[in-house]
Amino acid sequence: MPRKALRSPEALAAAARRRRRLEAWLPWLVIGGMFLIWEAAVRIFAIQPFILPAPSAIAASMVKWWQPLLTNSWATLLTTVIGFAMAIVFGLLLGVVIGSSVLVYRGLYPLLIAFNSVPKVAVVPILVIWFGAGFWPAVLTAFLISFFPIVVNVATGIATVEPELRDVLRALGASPTDIIRKVGLPRAMPYFFASLKVAITVAFVGSIISETVAANEGIGHLMLVASSRFDVPLVFAGLIITGVMGVAMYWVAVTIEERTTGWATRGQQDPRLATGG
Amino acid sequence: MAQAFVDISNVAMRYGGVEGTLALKGTSLAVAEGEFVAVVGPSGCGKSTLMRLVTGLWPPTEGEVFVDGQEVDGPLSIAGMAFQNPTLLPWRNILDNVMLPLEVVQPHRGQLRAKRADYERQARELLALVGLDGFEAKFPWQLSGGMQQRASLCRALIHQPRLLMLDEPFGALDIFTREDLWAVMQKLWLARRPTVILVTHDLREAAFLADRVLVMSSRPGRIIAERRVDFPRERTMETTYTKEFQDLVHELRDRISDARDAEEIADAP
Repeated sequence: MPRKALRSPEALAAAARRRRRLEAWLPWLVIGGMFLIWEAAVRIFAIQPFILPAPSAIAASMVKWWQPLLTNSWATLLTTVIGFAMAIVFGLLLGVVIGSSVLVYRGLYPLLIAFNSVPKVAVVPILVIWFGAGFWPAVLTAFLISFFPIVVNVATGIATVEPELRDVLRALGASPTDIIRKVGLPRAMPYFFASLKVAITVAFVGSIISETVAANEGIGHLMLVASSRFDVPLVFAGLIITGVMGVAMYWVAVTIEERTTGWATRGQQDPRLATGG
Repeated sequence: MAQAFVDISNVAMRYGGVEGTLALKGTSLAVAEGEFVAVVGPSGCGKSTLMRLVTGLWPPTEGEVFVDGQEVDGPLSIAGMAFQNPTLLPWRNILDNVMLPLEVVQPHRGQLRAKRADYERQARELLALVGLDGFEAKFPWQLSGGMQQRASLCRALIHQPRLLMLDEPFGALDIFTREDLWAVMQKLWLARRPTVILVTHDLREAAFLADRVLVMSSRPGRIIAERRVDFPRERTMETTYTKEFQDLVHELRDRISDARDAEEIADAP
């Protein structure tokens, strides 16, 4: 093909469009391909359904049990989102305080790290003693497991304001609160959203852990019951639904991030354009 | 004698306690209102420390700093600052970046809501003066380094400070951009006539812009020489090619060499 034709603006635009379409479809293709290989492997090697059920068996199980799946995943989503919302509020506040005061940082940080190192499975029984089995232990486990990344990231964003910029503002008579409001907080936002993406996925881990230990509803509880009955396709159905919920929440976080802090990721557009040419 | 606008007498500055680094010692300096003074010296001679003392960001270890007849004991809101790094906020467009000081400094802060249109007009005028008209809605990362520095100068001037402190503002720019910005800086100064203290290690820059050049010794820094610069304004790049200009730069260069030699002798065992 002649090089001239390749370089024409129309050809470049068309190539860029093709590439964007491919990028949009690629995740679906990968997921579809994975299920196909999985299905084929199960059939070829005649794997027993109670060891590894085929995607078709899982789908059948989903159709059969759609009602309990729906109510239980709704319960999990609710506990996760409430715990996550608490983590956002608490994480932002604590992050701002830790990021703007060296004293608070020195005083609290070791405790926070110790706290974060405790496996949350070990905390669930205590929460059950305090609040009873069910809703609150799941919410609180989701909260406890997801606030730490938010605190650390927000604190980092605020603590790393350039000294010159701080000088410019201080010389103008800005109070520490002014500096946090005008510079620290906006600057911490990309860090904050990056942490949300981590936090929302671990929040699901938290609530499901709690549900498998002590609960009478939720997707974790459902999987526990299903596995005790050796209904492995239903266990897998629960896993897949959890994954879907995680991706959906992640997508919400990314969308909000792109809307609010596009200025921080502007560099990513350039390589994309560059590869089109 | 009437007190100078900026009057530093016998100031010492030591970092990190009694055993810390002595950045300045026995430094005295007087700048008249509306004067453009450049401070040059070898690197690490405490030029930036001097800036922070004058703006009240740090208190001196010894001595006194007076600005406009008042002893400096805290940040000075009549001062504007610009640094080598433009430090524009990436989430604000150029206009909003320039207007940042108005959101912080009194009395503008209280009037911002009521007089927003007026302030915005001032910011646009200032941006036009440095050749950034049409870029108000752009974001800092869409501008070149030289343009960012122009915007940074506007931010330093928007609240009409009587004192402008510049800490190597053109140090990170290439030579052509730097020379453009000298002209821009001179234009701003002629239009607004603030008192300027420019800290730099570029002797041509000092000679081009300043009314008076002060040479600092190496650490601990103090003023060891002073030279008036009498080239008529408005100076152009042609000025820098004249013999007088070259001689002046040469002379300043020699003074700094002397300062460094003196230090080496003092350091010898």
